[in-house]
Amino acid sequence: MSAIQEVVTEAPVVEAVPKRAMTLGAGASLVMLALLIVVPLFVKNFIIFQLTMLLIYALAVLALNILTGGSGQFSLGQSAFYAVGAYTAAILMEQYNVNYALTLPVAGVICFAFGFLFGQPALRLSGVYLALATFALATAMPQLLKLGVFEPWTGGVQGLVVTKPDPPEFVQSTLSWFHLKMSQDMWLYYFTLVVAIAIYIFSVNLLKSRSGRAFMAIRDNEIAASAMGIDVALYKTLAFGVSAGITGVAGGLGAIAVQFVAPDSYTITLAISLFLGMVVGGVGWLPGSIVGSAFIIFVPNIAESISKGLSGAVFGVLLFLVIFLVPHGARQVAMVAQHWVGKLRKR
Amino acid sequence: MELFTNQVLAGIATGAIYACMALAVVMIYQAIDHLNFAQGEMAMFSTFISWQLMQWGIPYWGAFVLTLAFSFAAGIVIERLLFKPLAKAPILTNVAGFIALFAIINSCAGLIWDFTIKQYPTPFGSSPFLGSQLISTHQAGMIGVTILLLILLYFFFQYTRVGLAMRAAASVPESARLVGINTSWMIALGWGMAAAIGSIAGMLIAPVVFLEPNMMGGVLIYGFAAAVLGGLTSPFGAVIGGFLVGIFENLAGTYIPGIGNELKLPIALALIIIVLVVKPAGLFGRPIVKRV
Repeated sequence: MSAIQEVVTEAPVVEAVPKRAMTLGAGASLVMLALLIVVPLFVKNFIIFQLTMLLIYALAVLALNILTGGSGQFSLGQSAFYAVGAYTAAILMEQYNVNYALTLPVAGVICFAFGFLFGQPALRLSGVYLALATFALATAMPQLLKLGVFEPWTGGVQGLVVTKPDPPEFVQSTLSWFHLKMSQDMWLYYFTLVVAIAIYIFSVNLLKSRSGRAFMAIRDNEIAASAMGIDVALYKTLAFGVSAGITGVAGGLGAIAVQFVAPDSYTITLAISLFLGMVVGGVGWLPGSIVGSAFIIFVPNIAESISKGLSGAVFGVLLFLVIFLVPHGARQVAMVAQHWVGKLRKR
Repeated sequence: MELFTNQVLAGIATGAIYACMALAVVMIYQAIDHLNFAQGEMAMFSTFISWQLMQWGIPYWGAFVLTLAFSFAAGIVIERLLFKPLAKAPILTNVAGFIALFAIINSCAGLIWDFTIKQYPTPFGSSPFLGSQLISTHQAGMIGVTILLLILLYFFFQYTRVGLAMRAAASVPESARLVGINTSWMIALGWGMAAAIGSIAGMLIAPVVFLEPNMMGGVLIYGFAAAVLGGLTSPFGAVIGGFLVGIFENLAGTYIPGIGNELKLPIALALIIIVLVVKPAGLFGRPIVKRV
C-alpha cells in the first residue's frame, strides 16, 4: 500500500452529558431511598433476593457508566472484572475463612489493580478497537478460570459454593425485643443497600471532583484535554481502575448472594447485559443504572413469557425500540417527566 | 522438522476459515467504519438458508448462488431499515444495535431450525488432498475459494467504477458526495457485499464445525483477531492475517506446554491485544491520522 495517510474526523464515542444532568435531585433521591428501604419489608424472600441482585447489577452498571459516560471509554469486558471480584470474595471466604464483609474491599482493590493494568494497553485503543479488546477479554475469562493451574483455589469447572451469611447477633437481639426475626435474605439485602449507597455517593462525588472533570474533558475532546494539561494516560487508566474496582465489589456481593461461583456464570453474555443496562439506563446518568439493571434482570423473563423460543429476538427488538425511540434511555424519560411536573406546578 | 511442517500445513487449513471470516469483517469495516458484532450470526443464518434450500432438493451450487443473492439483499435491507437511521449516532448506539441484531438473528435461527447439530455437505469431497493426511480436499478447496475471492475483490475495487466509488465514499465521504457519488448507497452496497462474503465463509466453514446456531462464536473472535492482525483497512492483510492466526494457533498448541484446547480463546485475546499495542494499524493496514 502507498504511504498515503488517511485523515478522518471520528464520530463521538458517546454524546456529551452535562455534569448537572448526571445525578438526581435531592427530593427524588430521598423518595428512591425510602422505596428501597421499605419495599423489602413487605415481599417474599425470593423477591428480596431479586431486589438484592437488582442492586448488585445496578452497581456493575454504575461502574460501566463511570467508565463510558464519564471518561468516554468502551468496555464489553466488565464480566471479567465481575468474575475476578466474585472469585476473590469466594476464595477468601471459603479457603481462608475471612469474614464476608472484609472480602469486599479486597475484591475492590484487586480489581482496581487489574483494571488499572488492563487500562495500560487499552490506552492505545479507542472506540470500536477498545470494544473489541474488552470483548476478547470477556470471552477468554471463563477459560482462564477453568485452568488446571488455579484449580486448588478456584475449584475448576465445578466452581465454589459460598455460605450465606447470617444477620449479626446485635441485629437479631435488637429485633427480638419486638418479637421479630430477620431472614438471611433480608439481612443481605440491607447489607448490599448500604454498600450500594456508599458507592453511589462516592461515584457522584468522584464525578464532581477534579478527577471527574478531567474524565469528562477527555471524553469530550482528548486532544483539547491534553492541551489543557490533563494527564490523559493517567486519568484514562484511572477510570478503568475505578470502574473495575466497583465492578469487583459488585461481583463479590453477587457471589455472596448467589452462594456459588463457577466460570460459566461469567461469560460474555453478562458483559453484554451490563452494557445494554447502561444503554437503557442512559449513558452518563448514574441513577439510570438501577433502571438499566431492572431491564437486564426482568426483561429476559418478560421476553420468555411472551415467547419461549423467541426470547432473544424479543429482547433484541426491545433494544432496537429503546435505541430508536428513547436514544438517551431512562434519562430522557426522566427529563420529560420532570418537564411535565414543572409545568403542572406552575399552574 | 516434519512435525513443524505438518503443523504449519494444518494451521493453513484452519487459517482458511479465519481468513474467510476476516475478509467479511474487513469489508464491513471499510464500508461503515464499525466492527459488526453480528457478522458471524448473519453468516450463520445464510448458511442455514442454503441448508434449507438443499433439503428442498436444490443442488449445491444452485443453493449456493441463491444464498449469495439472498444474503446480499438481506445485508442491504438490514442497513436501510436499521442502521441508516443510526449513521450519525454515537459509536455506542451502533454497538448496541449490532448486539440487538445478534440476539434477534441467533434466536430466530434457533426457533426455525432448533439447536441440534446438523451435517453440512461439501462440494470438494473430504478425501486427503494430494496424498497428505493433514489437508483434505475440502480444506484445499476452501483455501482456493478464499484466494479467488480475494483476487475478485481486488479487481472489483481497483478496476470497476463502482469499486472506485465505494473506496472514495469510504475514505472521503464529503468529497465523494461532491463529485456525484451516492455515498449512502455505497454503504448499503458494502453491507450487502459483506453479508454475501460472510455467507460464503459460513458455507465453507459449516462442513468443518457443523451447522448450528452458535457455530460462529469462536470463529468470529478469530476472524476479528485475523482482521486486526492484517490491518482492518486491507482485505489482503485480512486473508494473510487469517492464515497467520491459524498457523500461530497450531504452533502454540504444539510447542508451548500447557496450551491445549482450553486456552485457544485466550491466545486469540493475547494476539489481539499484542497487535493493537505494538502495531495498531496491523501488518498491512494504513495508519489513520485523526483530525483535531
